[in-house]
Amino acid sequence: MGDEPLVRWDWIARNWDNGTPYAIKALLEDHTVMAFLPVVFGLLIALPLGLACARWRVLYQPTTGLMNVIYSLPSLALFSILLSVTGLTRTTVIIPLTLFSLAVLIPAVVDGMTSVPDHVRQSAVAMGFRPLRRLLQVELPIAVPVVLAGLRVATVSSISLVSVGALIGQGGLGYLFIDGWQRQFPTPIVVGIALVTLLALVADLALILIQRWLTPWARARRAA
Amino acid sequence: MNKGLRVITFEGVTKRYPDGTVAVDNLSLDVPDGSVTVFVGPSGCGKTTSLRMINRMIDATEGRIRLDGRDVKEIEPATLRRGIGYVIQQAGLFPHRRIVDNVATVPYLLGWDKKKARARAMELLERVGLDVKLAERYPFQLSGGQQQRVGVARALAADPPVLLMDEPFSAVDPIVRMSLQDELLRLQSELHKTIVFVTHDIDEAIKLGDRVAVMRVGGRLAQLSDPATLLRDPADDFVREFLGRDRGIRRLSFIPARSVRLSPPPADLVVEDGRPVGWQSGDGLQPYGSFDPETDSLRAALDAMLLSPNGLAVAVDGHGKVLGVAARDALDAALPGAADG
Repeated sequence: MGDEPLVRWDWIARNWDNGTPYAIKALLEDHTVMAFLPVVFGLLIALPLGLACARWRVLYQPTTGLMNVIYSLPSLALFSILLSVTGLTRTTVIIPLTLFSLAVLIPAVVDGMTSVPDHVRQSAVAMGFRPLRRLLQVELPIAVPVVLAGLRVATVSSISLVSVGALIGQGGLGYLFIDGWQRQFPTPIVVGIALVTLLALVADLALILIQRWLTPWARARRAA
Repeated sequence: MNKGLRVITFEGVTKRYPDGTVAVDNLSLDVPDGSVTVFVGPSGCGKTTSLRMINRMIDATEGRIRLDGRDVKEIEPATLRRGIGYVIQQAGLFPHRRIVDNVATVPYLLGWDKKKARARAMELLERVGLDVKLAERYPFQLSGGQQQRVGVARALAADPPVLLMDEPFSAVDPIVRMSLQDELLRLQSELHKTIVFVTHDIDEAIKLGDRVAVMRVGGRLAQLSDPATLLRDPADDFVREFLGRDRGIRRLSFIPARSVRLSPPPADLVVEDGRPVGWQSGDGLQPYGSFDPETDSLRAALDAMLLSPNGLAVAVDGHGKVLGVAARDALDAALPGAADG
């Protein structure tokens, strides 16, 4: 890259919001949406599946086995399979990332349900909770800290994985890596790394705050 | 609810699991209204299973359990359970709910409005001897003993006539356990609930039970009687062994010390302001043991004798003033063998 400086601030200023789809700001927005949607979809799918696995333990091994096989597939391979169906769209990135998040979120939901102490569950039954109300008012709230811990891992890894989508033109900030590489121009690469990291940190912090707010009763467990 | 009918009846109740294990074998007994019946026995004797068949956390395979004359199997489980208080080992409090909301659990389930349910919960916290300042805390901020009191308050919240207690005090240390037991006896003297209490601790059973049902492994009832009879007449070797040694001494707990003949205090008992201070011995004082004949048992009187260097127990009244002293022969005379044959 010769005597090119690591960061050219004027390039950043010019490209922050230049009105094209490749403006840094637009890429950051794309990246955020494409990173969060898979986690949201993942959670919506993982909740019923995880609850089913916690209820019928025989399902758990096969389900996590399948999820781990999917997790081990290279994302690029999944993109190329999906390309023929969904084309060069965001969907082609969001579907594999959703599947990847399940590998973290399903065990998180199962572990969360397992974290409900047996004497607490028994006492809920003995007080006269029927199953649905017990799930909504006792078991799920108690599972929240464990599920949120899984959600933090899933979110950060999703934020990092979106970049790969740049290979099919849907990678959010990942575009900056390809652009910088092709032009032997380090500034976009540095900006991309910094923003992906920052996004991950902000998202993680937000989830920690949500957890504090949702589970003031779990402070003892956090301190331990 | 008809007060006179408030009884639990086991009629030939058997619990057999699909693998053939029999947890409870043909159990028949009555739990009378307003009394404490304790199921006690070694692990695997089916005592907890028996308890849980009452509120249908476990369903009986054969036989019938009646509550107020009604077969519990005819009552929808959740409805049945909301009408029966339940205290579980380790309290089983909901960690995500504040203490006041934990106590108000069953009122909420019954659809009381929040204000009324919380007011009732506050009343119960006081009733079980807890500081109402704890109401807004979470369970993890309370000690084990406090949590267990909350567990009792929660079980009482909707004022159920029947209370089931499943080894409620076994996870706390002995001193806390003793105070929880005393508290339960005090509450029961005010509330007169019909209580079924499960424990593996025979001393707890004898202390708390109006009647004690000793169960043996395999889920069979070995003996059902009041504690004093149990200690005097164990039905068989199993019960005798389960009761352990020093049955005789423990029986003394059930005989009031009122009948012990007192003698005037001897000159070497140092008394100040009417209260005993110690036994004069050379230049110093030796410790003394005392008992209150009005409230204590023969066991306390004997203990007081053993604590005094000269074998004399100091009898004191409710204000701690000396009434007299008792010697061993006075104790002997008060023993049932001598007195009421």
